[in-house]
Amino acid sequence: MNGHESALGVAAAVRRGDRSAAEVLEEHLARIGEAEGEIHAFNTLTEDAARAAAAAVDATVAEGRDPGPLAGVPVAVKDNLCTRGIRTTASSRILEGWVPPYDATVVSRLAAAGAVMVGKTNLDEFAMGSSTENSAFGPTRNPVDVTRVPGGSSGGSAAAVAAGFAPLALGSDTGGSIRQPAAFCGVVGVKPTYGAVSRYGLIAFASSLDQIGPFAHTVADAAALYDVIAGHDALDSTSLSEAPPEASARLEAGVDGLRVGVVSELVSADGMAPEIAERARRAADALSAAGAKVDEVSVPAATYGLSAYYLIAPAEASSNLARYDGVRYGLRVPGEDVTEMYVRTRTEGFGAEVKRRIMLGTYALSAGYYDAYYGKAQQVRTLIIRDFERAYESFDVLIAPTTPGTAFKIGDIVDPLTMYLNDVCTIPSNLAGHPAMSVPYGTASDGLPIGVQVLAPALGESVMFQVAAALESTAGSL
Amino acid sequence: MAPRITTAEVAHVARLARLALTESELETFTGQLAAVLDHAADVEALDTTGVPPTAHPLPLVNVLRDDVVAPVLDREEVLAQAPATEDHRFRVPRIIGEAP
Repeated sequence: MNGHESALGVAAAVRRGDRSAAEVLEEHLARIGEAEGEIHAFNTLTEDAARAAAAAVDATVAEGRDPGPLAGVPVAVKDNLCTRGIRTTASSRILEGWVPPYDATVVSRLAAAGAVMVGKTNLDEFAMGSSTENSAFGPTRNPVDVTRVPGGSSGGSAAAVAAGFAPLALGSDTGGSIRQPAAFCGVVGVKPTYGAVSRYGLIAFASSLDQIGPFAHTVADAAALYDVIAGHDALDSTSLSEAPPEASARLEAGVDGLRVGVVSELVSADGMAPEIAERARRAADALSAAGAKVDEVSVPAATYGLSAYYLIAPAEASSNLARYDGVRYGLRVPGEDVTEMYVRTRTEGFGAEVKRRIMLGTYALSAGYYDAYYGKAQQVRTLIIRDFERAYESFDVLIAPTTPGTAFKIGDIVDPLTMYLNDVCTIPSNLAGHPAMSVPYGTASDGLPIGVQVLAPALGESVMFQVAAALESTAGSL
Repeated sequence: MAPRITTAEVAHVARLARLALTESELETFTGQLAAVLDHAADVEALDTTGVPPTAHPLPLVNVLRDDVVAPVLDREEVLAQAPATEDHRFRVPRIIGEAP
């Protein structure tokens, strides 16, 4: 855990009254003060609201009432999650000046659990990107090596945890936007089962793929945050009605007798660095040594995930982002008539990557191309789900690399398709709606962190966290 | 082989998406979109006869609630975020032009 304190350790100390939430907060604000100028993890710092929230936690403890499971734990929140009274930008110019009139459900749940939000973190505009370079506010730097990207799109959240600005953070993951930056920054990142965490108040990118999830230094901390944010929400019509799995339930259970499959197609994915493939295999070997039954498994359609995703996600985005028209909130650039106002507002308000995806999606949905592109991609999505279901007949969890490479230099990747290839191992879980998480698993020959993914079937979070915890305990001996 | 996507098609799509592109942006975007669509050619080549499409990971059904009054966002607070309002409504520029 890189010498940083654990969220559960902080919460336990605050709950016992051994430490005050105010004192914990000031320590973290001091670290932010020292290093934020270099890292740029945040779009907005919320010190005043944080001090008030910490004081409220301390008052609750003093009164002898339960301050919540995350009492006094500083949390960084991705800036595409709405916060009442605090500007929310999605790192886009088009939301300039907008202050949400409501909180995202996850933000309310954090507050109810006693967590203290310290700020809103930088991201690729509208969560479209894999490097946090596509931000209207400039890039975030990787705390492990500040000449490199932290990954994306939740790069600010990953960097905030890695830099010790907060023990916990929230991100969103549409095609890998939590897991890839977690791998690049050497922290734990989780994409939950689709529908397990409410999306109410998450600025939509691709609604059938988006999920909010935790960043943390440890698997146990990530599980604690998952358990706080998961659960039904009447404000999200895609929120699952059943009780969410308990992520923290089986962290100590070990892996004896569990069946673990290594996904052949992802280990040998396009552009996979040999040492990262080898590291995923070593992770499987470590689980085998701990008593798991390990074998290779084929998920053939996963090979087509990237292509399907880059038709489906832009198609959904082109529809979701139609709402930014200069009428109800954010930027308006005046025009002679309403159409000219729309065009000027969108042209000035959106960055290049967002425009690219809107156009790709509009094209994939347009007359004459719908069947060939969007329709076909939806069929591939079915094939991916079927192949995963077949794999889960024989395996409890699957193992794969998180990324094909380690964190790249800021400014190094300019070609969009090359950037998209970063998501090759993470996308299949989004298309299937399944949970997956990245666990730090040592460093590469370049000294940069490597992440290994644990994948599980829908609502398989308990076993996923169980295996991740076992994997984490073997990472020290690498 | 015909180009995957032409600049004329990209210009058309930009119009549909209410985006104005410069000539050089049009060129750049055409090349980049063609590269992504070329990459997607592996999907085109895949035999998916008889495979039903998946639009969403969950079987979506309408979610209804009882028709009772519940708290909603405050109208003035919402309107305060708009670029322009008039008489408690969103104000927009002219939609329909003068008759010729």
